[in-house]
Amino acid sequence: MSGSRDASRDASRDLVAVSGAALKTKDVRTASHATQASGDLWKRRRRRQTVMLALITSTLLVTLGFLALLVGFVVARGAGVISWEFISEMPRNAMTEGGILPAILGTLYLVAGAMVVAAPLGVASAVFLTEYAHQGPLVRVIRIGVNNLAGVPSVVFGLFGLAVFVKTLGLGVSIVSGALTLAIVVLPTIIRASEEAIRAVPASYREASLALGATRWQTVRYAVLPSAMPGILTGCILGIGRIAGETAPIMFTAATFYTARLPGSIFEEVQALAYHIYALVTEGTHPEAQVPIAFGTALVLLALVLGVNLVAIILRSRYEKAR
Amino acid sequence: MELRNRVRIRETLISIVLTVVAFSSLAFLVGIVLVLFREGLPIFRETGLGAFIFGRDWYPTYDPPSFGTLPLIAASFLVTAGAMVIAVPVGVGSAIAISQVLPTRARTVVKPVVELLAGVPSVVYGLFGMQVMAPLVMDAFGLPTGLTALTASIVLGIMALPTVVSIAEDAISAVPGTYSEASYALGATKWETMSRVIVPAASSGILTAVLLGMGRAIGETMTVLMVAGGAAVVPTSFLQPVRPMTATIAAEMGEAPVGGSHYHALFAIALVLFVVTLAFNMVAEVYTLRFRRRVAGA
Repeated sequence: MSGSRDASRDASRDLVAVSGAALKTKDVRTASHATQASGDLWKRRRRRQTVMLALITSTLLVTLGFLALLVGFVVARGAGVISWEFISEMPRNAMTEGGILPAILGTLYLVAGAMVVAAPLGVASAVFLTEYAHQGPLVRVIRIGVNNLAGVPSVVFGLFGLAVFVKTLGLGVSIVSGALTLAIVVLPTIIRASEEAIRAVPASYREASLALGATRWQTVRYAVLPSAMPGILTGCILGIGRIAGETAPIMFTAATFYTARLPGSIFEEVQALAYHIYALVTEGTHPEAQVPIAFGTALVLLALVLGVNLVAIILRSRYEKAR
Repeated sequence: MELRNRVRIRETLISIVLTVVAFSSLAFLVGIVLVLFREGLPIFRETGLGAFIFGRDWYPTYDPPSFGTLPLIAASFLVTAGAMVIAVPVGVGSAIAISQVLPTRARTVVKPVVELLAGVPSVVYGLFGMQVMAPLVMDAFGLPTGLTALTASIVLGIMALPTVVSIAEDAISAVPGTYSEASYALGATKWETMSRVIVPAASSGILTAVLLGMGRAIGETMTVLMVAGGAAVVPTSFLQPVRPMTATIAAEMGEAPVGGSHYHALFAIALVLFVVTLAFNMVAEVYTLRFRRRVAGA
């Protein structure tokens, strides 16, 4: 009862607010006299509506058109290059022939390394923020830190990695330096997704676990985390999609244009798909041979990133339906 | 008793570990600031803050070198402004169309597709700009090169679209249904309801979308590095090559000797960039809070 009364009170308050706003505008004020006015005004309002809705809809078509153009060009110019040899062989003849295997593997190493570091850190941070910390200034400061870390330009992460991992810690331009830099890039994504997933676990789960005499950690470990796991995984997958395509953070920390062989250890530099595309169109002396390879590489990267994101989106919608 | 003690010790240890770990993001942010200051400050001592920010000559490898970053800062703002001219009307219009015009079934397809495309890596946009957009711009304006501020603005604008559309759509969809019902009850048409009730109610959320899109555009590196042309002169037109801050750092860091003036100057540019994007994010956060309060208080 009181619920519906609240709702109707809300609605009437909104009505007052809206009519206040409407009264400020000329057309609607005249429209309130519309009963005696001719049908002309109504027709004009309808016509304006038709025009404006068409205009608004056309902006959506422009958006979708631009994005289709982008994906279309990469597919059209990259598809011809793709073959089994292209993704399974080493490059030959100064990057003008052969495949991109080292770049594919390099990207996988960097992403795997980054996730090994960032996933535990991110999930643990989220558990602290949701399950352990008293909500107050401390949590707010950490959250501001997370939000602002997410907004730092990617090239700044690259400089940080260069100064700290490559130079100060002496790790050199290597898989480790690149993976650690990418871990910082992806950390905010993982923290936010995990926090959201953990918050969505019903309080009754925790209460039931605590009522059975479980400690706080046992509750988190056996009641909260298993239930939040699909959401946490989705966040991690989205994070993978984000860093697989990053170029600027690995430019000075991990990536190299040319290696004759696959890296032997995590302290060696690597090729990576994203950096390879950039290098192919800005370095080297045979653009006519390199540009098609760049489009082929871009298509592989695009398929990888969009595929990963698609998996995350499907997982999320299933998970939301299951709730 | 033995068991209970062990459990208690473990619980305490775990909560200490979690507390420490939770500070890691904050530590990284502070670390970034410290590194930028440590590596960037020496150049201010060398040239002075005013000469660094307002100097018109960027000749880092001349003898003697000159580290005036006005051309780079101006280029960043020019390219970002150009990108917003495309991304704001098209993006906000698309968001309104998705949430207000499309039938539900189309909406559930279009929104995820746009969000999916937000994940396209910037280097792919750069390749597209370089190989597809630049020749178009060159031919259309009869220029000697297609790598110009205009080209970079167009590509950055397209790139910012998914971000702007997605966040603005969330904001518009969050406006309570009672608002539009009240407006319809007064006899307003659908367009009048959208333009005078729903969009004004969502305005602070839409502003957040625009600010985050701007933050993304000004901090974007690979696209401008590949497409903007790279000439370090104070821009006077959209049709000339420019060199934004991010592109300068990415292009020159490889050649700058570690610990030299040029190296410090590049970190100082990163510091300027960091401060600018931080400001964007802070303002966006304020507007997000304001929007949440407004919708919740309604």
